Amino acid sequence: MLFTSYSFLGFIAVLFLLYYLIPRRMQWGLLLIASYLFYFIAGPSWLLYLAATTASTYFAARRIQEVGERQKAYIKANKERLSAEEKKAYKVKMKSRQRGWMLACLLLNLGILAVVKYTNFAIANINGLLRLTGSAARLDFWDIALPMGISFYTFQALGYLIDVYRGTVAAEKNPFRLALFVSFFPQLIQGPISRFGDMAKSLYEEHAFEAKRFCYGLERILWGYFKKLVIADRILVGVNTVIRDTETYQGAYVFVGMLFYALELYADFTGGIDITIGIAQALGIQVTENFNRPYFSKSVKEYWRRWHITMGTWFTDYIFYPISVCKPMLKLSRSARARLGENIGKRVPIYLSSFAVWLATGIWHGASWNFVVWGLGNWAVIMVSQELEPLYARFHRRFDVRGKGWFKLFQVLRTILVMSCLRTFDCYRDVPLTFRMFGTMFTRWNWHILWDGSLLGIGLSAADYVILLAGVAALVAVSLLQRRGSVRVRIAARPYPARFLVWYGLFLAVLLMGAYGVGYDASQFIYNQF
Amino acid sequence: MGHMGLQRRATERAGKGRRYAGIGRFAVSAAIVLLGLWLLQRLLMPKYVSDVVEGALIAEYYSEEKDHDVIFIGDCEVYENFSPAVLWRDYGINSYIRGSAQQLIWQSYYLLEDTLRYEKPDTVIFNVLSMQYNEPQREAYNRMTLEGMRWSSSKAAAIAVSMTEEEHFLDYVFPLLRYHSRWSELGAEDVKYMFGSPKVSHNGYYMRVDVKPAENVPEGRILADYRFGDNAWEYLDKMTALCRENDIRLILVKAPSLYPYWYDQWEEQIEDYAARNDLLYINFLELADETGLDFSTDTYDGGLHLNLSGAEKITAYMGAVLRQETGAADRRGEEHLARVWEEKLAAYDREKERQYEELRQNGGSDEL
Repeated sequence: MLFTSYSFLGFIAVLFLLYYLIPRRMQWGLLLIASYLFYFIAGPSWLLYLAATTASTYFAARRIQEVGERQKAYIKANKERLSAEEKKAYKVKMKSRQRGWMLACLLLNLGILAVVKYTNFAIANINGLLRLTGSAARLDFWDIALPMGISFYTFQALGYLIDVYRGTVAAEKNPFRLALFVSFFPQLIQGPISRFGDMAKSLYEEHAFEAKRFCYGLERILWGYFKKLVIADRILVGVNTVIRDTETYQGAYVFVGMLFYALELYADFTGGIDITIGIAQALGIQVTENFNRPYFSKSVKEYWRRWHITMGTWFTDYIFYPISVCKPMLKLSRSARARLGENIGKRVPIYLSSFAVWLATGIWHGASWNFVVWGLGNWAVIMVSQELEPLYARFHRRFDVRGKGWFKLFQVLRTILVMSCLRTFDCYRDVPLTFRMFGTMFTRWNWHILWDGSLLGIGLSAADYVILLAGVAALVAVSLLQRRGSVRVRIAARPYPARFLVWYGLFLAVLLMGAYGVGYDASQFIYNQF
Repeated sequence: MGHMGLQRRATERAGKGRRYAGIGRFAVSAAIVLLGLWLLQRLLMPKYVSDVVEGALIAEYYSEEKDHDVIFIGDCEVYENFSPAVLWRDYGINSYIRGSAQQLIWQSYYLLEDTLRYEKPDTVIFNVLSMQYNEPQREAYNRMTLEGMRWSSSKAAAIAVSMTEEEHFLDYVFPLLRYHSRWSELGAEDVKYMFGSPKVSHNGYYMRVDVKPAENVPEGRILADYRFGDNAWEYLDKMTALCRENDIRLILVKAPSLYPYWYDQWEEQIEDYAARNDLLYINFLELADETGLDFSTDTYDGGLHLNLSGAEKITAYMGAVLRQETGAADRRGEEHLARVWEEKLAAYDREKERQYEELRQNGGSDEL
């Protein structure tokens, strides 16, 4: 059931109605049923994976909690009898048990993820190696379907598990409540990756109907559909034309395709998240924001603080920090400082940890070398710009441009361009082809296509370009307005006729200019596949 | 108490006032939204007046007086090959064609069901070419047939069985969802005919007077399987049963169109079916001598469809068959009906004259 299907709209309409009609204590139960029904419709067999992740996480988290409670109780009961060393030894022993439960659960769930998502990638690489060695032997690919949203719900569940291990949240006693946290349907397929501590309260508490909040939710959903249907799905035709016919569309077409894809991805992903957060808001549930106008960033590093925020913080909290402070890394850091000097030595653990994070980020996005190279490309750009900081500082000491509007605009455009370049790895079949196509921008000089009407030959009509331009103008305008606070709140402060005009106008824009229905391919959200 | 009570009453009144204002605002907003959507839908839906007029045929039936003796059901082989005006003028038989482009057999069945809601004709004539299709075909043709139907359980069922994979039932309920992107191709006609359009047919007949002789008609390609599909048979059975239940004489015909090719194997199956079910079956492809049909003058598109001259010839033959086989009465003496037909025939002749004139102005070109 796609977010853009009529059945989904019917599904949430019925859910909203029931949610506010049934006794409030049953609301979270209804959400659980709705979430499992949503997932069942997507793929009945996939429920097994979801249930396995939920059950294992629940069980391991409960064991971790019990071990912690037992430890506290034992130490309290034997406070007088035990020496400090005995207490410490007991704590270490119990921590080790907790770690055991956590690792077992991590291994199980990451194992499931690895098997369903990366087995065929591994087989393709093994076959490649066999080919290189001249062997005729080949492994058969597995016929295994990737359960929808598995990367998202697995990370959400594991985040909860690690938080329980760290003691930042208490393990949930009710398995069905945990099941709802893992499976909450609006965010099941493309995030955000919520933290239990942030979400649990509003997820399980009772919600009376509040017209204002409900309307805010609907408005956000509408804005999401505008991004997805009017912009992302319209420009999709142009992107697909350019990236699928690599013999015809080279040089400047690659540049155009790259920028179009950046726009498509942004409108698609943020549109999907708007729909998710809007649905949650209409239900009275708070979901963490996942974007903060990323294309206004002045550097790639800043971009990644503002794009897919919940994934970035997940990797930082659960991979970067643990690796940075793990014993081997601390040892390596000491050794590096001793051998390479304080200045370089202190950066080694940071670089290695962030390398691991970006490698994981790449692999998380997809089972192909494209994503690995894409992830490491991001790492390289961030590290290089970090290394060049002193140079930038010297430049800015000499030329005082930092506060100038045009320089900020230059930085923003530079970030968009760099990120768009990196995103080309999403587009093409494999890494060599990506490099080859990228290279044609400099070898095949056909920039005249930008103004001679050739761009009308990539499946987009003049009317499409007008809509896209208007859509992008609306995106930019709303983003600029958002810098001074919520746009919806400001619209709400206007007289009723003005509010009505704005929202009815937006509704008509989606209805009339959306790329949906017969003649348009129903397009999955891009992040569904990650 | 006095002061407090007054204050409370004033507050209650204000609250009630706000509530009423809110309800009023909601009602007005909803009305504006619905009116806007309705107007947009009227504007964006295709009008089928000067282009692809076939799309207008099905809906025109509902503005007719429903007292027909004969109903033709089928695809382009009925609405381009039979002229109800000739049946009336020559035989006094009041007939109507419920046909549309590539009208599939299940659509014909549900159109018959729909027709029986309004009237019970003595005879139904079904053209069998659509037996060749066993699955839904093209969305554009579905639209032309189904959109013109008035809402009923028959229409809902017809939509459900006709939809291709890309279609959705809701798009038929709210055609605006289907035609939402037509804004970029709107023309003056879309505004002019927003709330109604002139009739394009003559009791369901689509008139063409131009001539394009049939030359080099291709042979039918070899098929892997010549048997009609289960679905097609099922609906032919249902149509036969429906006619029987309603005491209606069902006649099967194959219009004389040379293409799409009508295979001998198909012919045998229909002959067998007609014999088994005691139905009259007329294959006009085999009656060229009797009807006087001449494909050098009687077709406007090289043998696919008949022009006016061809349609009038085979309708004249059909009228004789109806008189002889069904005893269809001559109703020209019925005053009211005669008056209605007088107007229809005048319109028919005017259109004929207009098309011939246009043809003459085109310098003798045989295409309109």
